[in-house]
Amino acid sequence: MSDTTLSTAPVPARKGRGPWARAARRLWQNRSAMVALGIFLLIVAACLAAPLYARWAGVDPFQSTLDAVLKIDGVDVPVMEQSTEGLGLGYTPLGPTWNLKHYFLGADNQGRDVLARMLYGGLNSLWISAAATVLTLILGTAMGLAAGFFGGLTDTVLSRILDVLWAFPIYLLAISLSIVTLSEGLKIGPFVIESGSLWLPVIIIGIVYIPYVARPIRGQVLALRQSEFVLAAINLGVPGGRILWRDILPNVATTLIVFVPLMMALNMLTESALSFLSIGVQPPDASWGTIIQDGQALLYTRPWVALAPGLAIAVSVMALNVFGDGLRDALDPRSKIRLGRD
Amino acid sequence: MIYAILRRLGQMLFVMFGISVLVFLIFFATPGADPAARIAGRNASPEVLEAVRHSFGFDRPLPVQYVLMMKKIFITGDLTSFVNRGWKVVPAVLDAIPVTLSLVTGAAILWVVLSIFIGLVAAAWRDTWIDRGLMALGLLGISMPVYWLGEVMNLLSQSRYHDTWLFSWVPPLGYKALSEDPKGWFLTLVIPWVTLAILYIGIYGRVLRAALIEAMQEDYIRTARAKGLSESRILLRHALRTSLIAFVTLFGLDFGALVGGSALLTEVVFGLQGIGKLTYDALQSLDLPMIMATVMYASMFVVIANAIVDMVYILLDPRVKTA
Amino acid sequence: MILSVRDLTVTFRTEEGPVRAIDGVSFDVAEGEILGVVGESGSGKTVSLLAVMGLITDPNAIIGGSIRYRGTELVGLPARALRKLRGAEIAMIFQDPMTALTPVYTIGWQIAEQIRAHQKISARAAMDRAEELLAEVNFPNPREALSRYPHQLSGGMRQRAVIAMALSCNPALLVADEPTTALDVTVQAGILDLVRRLRDRHGSAVVFITHDMGVVSELADRVMVMYAGRIVEKGARSELFGDPLHPYTRALMGSIPPLTGERPRRLPAIPGSPPSLLRLPQGCSFAPRCPVRFEACEARPALPAGARAAACFRVEEFQS
Repeated sequence: MSDTTLSTAPVPARKGRGPWARAARRLWQNRSAMVALGIFLLIVAACLAAPLYARWAGVDPFQSTLDAVLKIDGVDVPVMEQSTEGLGLGYTPLGPTWNLKHYFLGADNQGRDVLARMLYGGLNSLWISAAATVLTLILGTAMGLAAGFFGGLTDTVLSRILDVLWAFPIYLLAISLSIVTLSEGLKIGPFVIESGSLWLPVIIIGIVYIPYVARPIRGQVLALRQSEFVLAAINLGVPGGRILWRDILPNVATTLIVFVPLMMALNMLTESALSFLSIGVQPPDASWGTIIQDGQALLYTRPWVALAPGLAIAVSVMALNVFGDGLRDALDPRSKIRLGRD
Repeated sequence: MIYAILRRLGQMLFVMFGISVLVFLIFFATPGADPAARIAGRNASPEVLEAVRHSFGFDRPLPVQYVLMMKKIFITGDLTSFVNRGWKVVPAVLDAIPVTLSLVTGAAILWVVLSIFIGLVAAAWRDTWIDRGLMALGLLGISMPVYWLGEVMNLLSQSRYHDTWLFSWVPPLGYKALSEDPKGWFLTLVIPWVTLAILYIGIYGRVLRAALIEAMQEDYIRTARAKGLSESRILLRHALRTSLIAFVTLFGLDFGALVGGSALLTEVVFGLQGIGKLTYDALQSLDLPMIMATVMYASMFVVIANAIVDMVYILLDPRVKTA
Repeated sequence: MILSVRDLTVTFRTEEGPVRAIDGVSFDVAEGEILGVVGESGSGKTVSLLAVMGLITDPNAIIGGSIRYRGTELVGLPARALRKLRGAEIAMIFQDPMTALTPVYTIGWQIAEQIRAHQKISARAAMDRAEELLAEVNFPNPREALSRYPHQLSGGMRQRAVIAMALSCNPALLVADEPTTALDVTVQAGILDLVRRLRDRHGSAVVFITHDMGVVSELADRVMVMYAGRIVEKGARSELFGDPLHPYTRALMGSIPPLTGERPRRLPAIPGSPPSLLRLPQGCSFAPRCPVRFEACEARPALPAGARAAACFRVEEFQS
């Protein structure tokens, strides 16, 4: 390739425009990415407003209200209706009223307002996936940097650990970690995490995806380690820590930023799956995954209990993925950055 | 080539060992509670606890405990469940394998065929509305929780539209053995296959499209054009053939991971008694020996599958063969 | 004339505005002659020949002007008709033999594929023909080489395989894009020799693109020098080398490495670098680097018609 690369040859940047400003401009001009970001922020805002909504609608999403009676258009409607099918022993919760003021999406089998629970649960889902993302990025980057930069024995040991984590099926690893921490919590030295804590799913999800981040970072650091400016710095006797901080970390920063939304989307799916399997968020707390599980028993009678949180997950994850793709296109136009095995 | 394969085998053994140690540590050395109490389950009597403590060697050093556990799982196979008293765990795991394999194999055929088709169409009509539409659909497939999609499928095919021509053929949930009732086997699995495949069609379609577009930038594609070949031949014979190497690797990893437990959510939603469902049921009753066995067997399967994929890769790519 | 190019322009739409990579290039190639095209990278020599081949696939490229092959207009020719010519009548050899062959197929398969794309013959016959071709380009063991994968061959051998492939349908016009640049010096001479012998034997016309004046002086019948997307000088080899008219050509001559004997560590370089196509000077594009520029160079010198010409205001002064 000689002259044909001309159209992609680096063109001198206009004055006052650094690479970040150019990336920001490209991102801003990417309509689908901005729409996706808007949708995601809207969902976040709605979930943050959960307590306000609960107060406004006058419901307590964490309290069973089996015998509550609702007044709709002047008619008394029990939240739990006597079942008309079979022996008439069971109760069927109220279906969607499509009225934001009360039981918009109906009630679950404990008579709780599903919409209010969804907003609270969304907060947990979002928080866990965000916190797990931060944890994975910190641990993964540390391992990747150390393995790639120090090489030798450090690299061998860390790489083997990553190999093992990588080969371990994600859900089995998560299940194993969950089951031993579920009933008793986790005690590491002075740190005690209670069994119902939201930190448990954060830690579990944070750990299982470490190789997804550490492997690409290690590869990148290995390449940077051979680059002229790093070799020059080493020859000049610049201390290793400073080279890591000043020369290498800024260069992997782009990759890390691109990973954030993609990782968060992945974590959100994982959290919901763990919660669905009842090893994620523990009752009485809710997350979108636990609400889907609650709705499973009501699937054929009151499908919205399960449908709505699933839609919320799908929309959030899709928004994060679209925004993540846009971010990658903006920061890394040749799209060389790949998350894990994506 | 022999050297490469031997090296890969050595690596495989190491990873198997690493995983077994990791499982062991998670189950027996996680700080928090008495491992004997975990194994014996809730409401175990002191006598049972004492028996467990002795049989697993919890009064002896960790390496001894590790050896004892490996023996119970892989050699004597006499690990028993405490929740379902006396139930031998290892045969239960072996019985569940055909169910999982049926589910995953069918889904894999679906997703490979459809994702190659989608990837090719999207790459050939790159940057048109066809491409954008297919990629958006793929992204939707990736973004839906698979168990939720399964529930939606159940809602439609078992309840809401079950009495219409569209889904009247769908049998109730459950699994029929292929050897006993081939037609029932097929019919019960169609919906689970589609459900599981949708996620992977999304992933593989996108991966293949990206690989094809990257391949189309290569110098040898320009050579192929200079030879006067048609665009479809260039895409199929040159770009696709080279892109498939990455595709096959990814496929092996995912197939292994699915058989080894990632199909869990699909099995649970459709009530298929595979390895995943076994793990799930054990999880609900906190049946630790059962979970230990499924996790151990499944991860071993994944590791072996990955090693096989790598060896196929060595055979598939002429560049690796003589390197 | 086998090939007549008139007022060829190639423009790329980029984020920073349109970039004119080729600006009004006209030239002819006669049957059986070797035309050398010289210039630094970025001068447009490859792009102009890729345009001739119809191989510019970038959707942001706009091609203007006229390219006639034996009277047939190629610009705007339907893809199917163009494909019939490509590989059969007009063949091309690329710069980097390492990446020019599809890695997953054998050499024999790839040559036979081209033959069967243009001729209705059996797979067996195509393989036999591929073996003959490999023998013709001096493969020591052509039968065995058929089943070799590209990565199993050295760079020089791969380039021979690429040449064998290009020759498989007896093309009337062969475009060689820096076929020796990526190779060792010792291998280079062999490839050049091969190109010349093939021209003599088959009578194909050859367009030989290179940045190496030494190669051109060895091989070409006629030479055309390009700079920043335009032709700055053209003429028969003896004229151009005996009496270079354009200051750029003169500068290039200073950078000829000797083909024999010890190569100097560093070739004398032309001061400055080729201009960015986004910001071409208003006048002569070479002026900023030109040792003899004067006020008139603020305007753009045209390339006079005729077989021997240079686009420079001081041509008369240089003519001896």
